[in-house]
Amino acid sequence: MSVWVEYTVAFFLLVGSAFALVGSIGLHRFPDFFMRLHGPAKATTLGVGCVLIASMLFFSSKDQGLHVHELLITLFLMLSAPVSAYMLAKAAVQQHVKTFNRKD
Amino acid sequence: MLTAVIYLSMLMFGISLLLNFFRLLRGPHAVDRILALDTLYINGLALLVVFGILLSSRLFFEAALLIALFGFFSTVVLCKYLLRGDIIE
Repeated sequence: MSVWVEYTVAFFLLVGSAFALVGSIGLHRFPDFFMRLHGPAKATTLGVGCVLIASMLFFSSKDQGLHVHELLITLFLMLSAPVSAYMLAKAAVQQHVKTFNRKD
Repeated sequence: MLTAVIYLSMLMFGISLLLNFFRLLRGPHAVDRILALDTLYINGLALLVVFGILLSSRLFFEAALLIALFGFFSTVVLCKYLLRGDIIE
């Protein structure tokens, strides 16, 4: 495996895990459910997409052929993350989850 | 170099799994717990893919795909249960 492919795989792995970590910190630290929904719905999906791109590059360069199986997971996650975020927000609105108020 | 980067990325995913687990334990409302579970399975899937790169084995791809499918399905079903109080009407 050439050095540049290795650098690219390492770059995508680092960027992906950093985005996933940012999303999880957002899930842990935000004060309100509707704010907490932002981290996992966007940052974590992007991070996992980067990790899957890294996996695709790695296996394509290792086996001397194009391997794009990971696009299936990426496509499915990109389709399913907005749907699940929408369902969660709908359930939270219906359950009257408390929102964060800066004044009190 | 790639091995060190893979270990660093596994460490970061482990920290994010721990943070999600704290939210799963603490979450004031049931919706928070469902969101934490959703994030937990997505991060676990990514950790599995990174582990597959480390072992350079393509065996973990099917497991990651199955986790993605069943996790999305379980999130939708739990949300439906909260919304309607019933899953199959």
